[in-house]
Amino acid sequence: MDVGILSYGIWVPRHRISTEEIARVWGKDGKAMASGLGVRSKSVPAVDEDVVTMSVEAAEMAMRRSGVAPTDVGAVYVGSESHPYAVKPTATVVAEAMGATPDLTAADYEFACKAGTAAFQTCMGLVRSGMVKAGMAIGADTSQGAPGDALEYSASAGAAAYLIGSGEGVIARIDHTLSYTTDTPDFWRREGQTYPSHGGRFTGVPAYFKHVVTCGKNMLARAGTTAEDYDHVVLHQPNGKFPVRAAKMLGFPPEKAARGLLTPRIGNTYSAAVPLGLANVLDAARPGERILVVSYGSGAGSDAFDITVTDAMARYPRHQDDLVETRIAYRKFIDYATYAKFRGKIQMGRG
Amino acid sequence: MREVAIAGVGVTQFGELWERSLRELGLESGMLALMDAGLETEDVEALYLGNMSAGRFIQQEHIGALIADHSGLADRGVPATRVEAGGASGGLALHQAYLAVASGLHDVVMVGGAEKMTDVSEQDAEETTGFAADQEWEVFFGATLASLYALVARRHMHLYGTTPEQLAAVAVKNHAHGAANPKAQFQSRITVEDVLRATRVAEPLGVYDCAPLTDGGAALVLTTPERARELGRPAIVIRGSAQASDTLALHDRWSLTEQRATRIACERALKQAGMSLSEVDVAELNDAFTIAEVVALEEIGFAKRGEGGRCAPEGRTALGGELPVNTSGGLKARGNPWGATGIAQVVELYDQLVGRAKGRQVEDARVGLAHNVGGTGATVVVHVLEAVR
Amino acid sequence: MTGVRFWREFGSRYRMLATRCPSCGLVYFPPREVCRRCRRASLGKMERVPMPRAGKVMSFTIVHQGQKGFEEQVPYVLAIVEFEGGITVMGQVVDCDACDVSIGMEVKPVFRRIREEGEAGVIHYGYKFAPMCYPVCAIDDEGAGGPG
Repeated sequence: MDVGILSYGIWVPRHRISTEEIARVWGKDGKAMASGLGVRSKSVPAVDEDVVTMSVEAAEMAMRRSGVAPTDVGAVYVGSESHPYAVKPTATVVAEAMGATPDLTAADYEFACKAGTAAFQTCMGLVRSGMVKAGMAIGADTSQGAPGDALEYSASAGAAAYLIGSGEGVIARIDHTLSYTTDTPDFWRREGQTYPSHGGRFTGVPAYFKHVVTCGKNMLARAGTTAEDYDHVVLHQPNGKFPVRAAKMLGFPPEKAARGLLTPRIGNTYSAAVPLGLANVLDAARPGERILVVSYGSGAGSDAFDITVTDAMARYPRHQDDLVETRIAYRKFIDYATYAKFRGKIQMGRG
Repeated sequence: MREVAIAGVGVTQFGELWERSLRELGLESGMLALMDAGLETEDVEALYLGNMSAGRFIQQEHIGALIADHSGLADRGVPATRVEAGGASGGLALHQAYLAVASGLHDVVMVGGAEKMTDVSEQDAEETTGFAADQEWEVFFGATLASLYALVARRHMHLYGTTPEQLAAVAVKNHAHGAANPKAQFQSRITVEDVLRATRVAEPLGVYDCAPLTDGGAALVLTTPERARELGRPAIVIRGSAQASDTLALHDRWSLTEQRATRIACERALKQAGMSLSEVDVAELNDAFTIAEVVALEEIGFAKRGEGGRCAPEGRTALGGELPVNTSGGLKARGNPWGATGIAQVVELYDQLVGRAKGRQVEDARVGLAHNVGGTGATVVVHVLEAVR
Repeated sequence: MTGVRFWREFGSRYRMLATRCPSCGLVYFPPREVCRRCRRASLGKMERVPMPRAGKVMSFTIVHQGQKGFEEQVPYVLAIVEFEGGITVMGQVVDCDACDVSIGMEVKPVFRRIREEGEAGVIHYGYKFAPMCYPVCAIDDEGAGGPG
């Protein structure tokens, strides 16, 4: 059975703040920060946007160009580390807005930046086992970094939704998936805390690189492939530098990682990072192209996917207004004060 | 149905009345009306009271009973009825009181309106005025009453070329009138520049395009013309008392720039009076927002569709003009305590018709028309008064 | 606690489901239980139908003194949008600058956070409107991540 992607949808908020603008406020050298992180700007959600609204936008785009009826969607999973409610699932609001309720299963996932790809795997399993006809897997975040902290330069917002199914409508087959999971305390947030904490340089080699590269190598071994067999690689991208280095460690030249790397322009969209990067690749992918995807979530784990674009992609509608690049180009820069207001970082008097 | 006359009127100072409570405002205006009529409390057979939102402003419902109590009417078991229709609460209370006398049920009825809007924060008061709009489908999305009228204004400008200066002229005119009204909240003149430069509320409307938050009370004593004659009072007869409704939400109207309920209520009231608009000498029209007066002038037929904006700049509606509108200062300058406004409009007409509107008297005023609106036009009440010589 | 009051209307608030009179074909949004033309004859017979996904701005205002609960969104654009069949709906216009909004502009419904009942209360979601088409800026890849 061909299990894979039937359709996908994306959402990136319109506002941007530059690394230089954030650095200006905290007395840092903005140009050096931007170049060191490989992040020039990041997306900022509007006051009326959150993980629920962005997930709905992305899911609606995916449904609109899928030809699948909402009542045929048997599962909705939303992965995020910034769900609006600590208790009350994002997935049910999304399912209701999609018109998929009530005959479906739904739940929210959390696994730092890989909650979205965890949803992919669950939907694949449900489809392959015949438990559902199609499942919607969404990665979305409006992640926050503490004011002045390194993460503030990159923590951004976005969403991507993937309708997973089987049969003739599959535009990109997921031939293999495997994961690499350990208990690693590189980045965490305790209940009730506004901002996450992280292990500084510990987040590099023993966390990100260990999981992404090992998982990637395991996938190449499972599939019996090398980097040369793939046209694109999409890796998790907490900044603009890590994924380029990890790609190289897996044998990929920078050109193959280019389309999937969005963090330099929109920041790290956390659970949406790999899904959005993949979407940008799919926006221009031709039948037969092969893509290696490896996500990473702190805590820690990586999910890898071996994806091949099918002939059905030639018939899939990819209009200008639905492209990742179009949404990224539609942007408006704001200053730090406006950013702080949008992100609720200003202490308001509660009347 | 028999004829109904106004035997006396009373109105409190309008403004931010920190020292006065709602009870006092209701009581004072009623007592002033009784004294004006030459009657005693014992003569009052029923009380009708217009009040929009005492429950929100002062956490008090059951307003009819409250004012009856404080007026000394409750001790005699006099029936008291509170009437609500947004900003048309006063006008609607008058309509109900009118019916009580016209039907023969009562011979002497006190009808008043009062609102105490400043005991809550400005923000809470503004939120409460939004209660006259559609909570589920207008206010839910962030609409305020001002923003709804702003949508009307923008559309009017788009369709007919009405300008912000024309809207401003309405506020300027009404302030000029209010300057001669000692009971008005604002007795200062303003210029078109003042209006255009004022802080924006909801574009294209600014602070001076919008009536203020006001405390105040007004009252009338209604009786038969015979009784009024016995009391030695001038014969001011209510010739027309009519009401019409329309959709609650602005977006459900057949047209954004029309206020059908005004047209219908006005036609009904004039028909009942057996008169035409050309016989009206003075009018109090709804100017909760400058655009409201512009639309009202078109709906009553004083201006052609789309040309309502020309009336104020051309002086047609100023004192001395073809049809002086809002000689009291209107809601804008006289003030707008929601439940009281409809009654206060009629108090002004009464003063005009008996010749005691000092400093703003319309010469030989014989017929007056009052136009009271709830929300963006879902309820409209129109009264036509005649001074019978 | 108004969560329940809006919950029963999720079909309309989340998906803009309208009602249609089977006798005369008139469509209503917000939905009505009784057709304005057929009245009593339509009671219990109204059908649920989806709204069209494209409308035009009929009028709009930029709100500077916001409704309670909307202070953080000020200034925001409120509009009345006209859909096919003359159905007119009120909502905010988002995802563009206020100065980009004009009468006649084409918009589509989008899903947004409308308001919340304090920090611990229910979040209300619903429809707003966004431009139908994006005016695409030049893609700026090299270096200039700054304003403008």
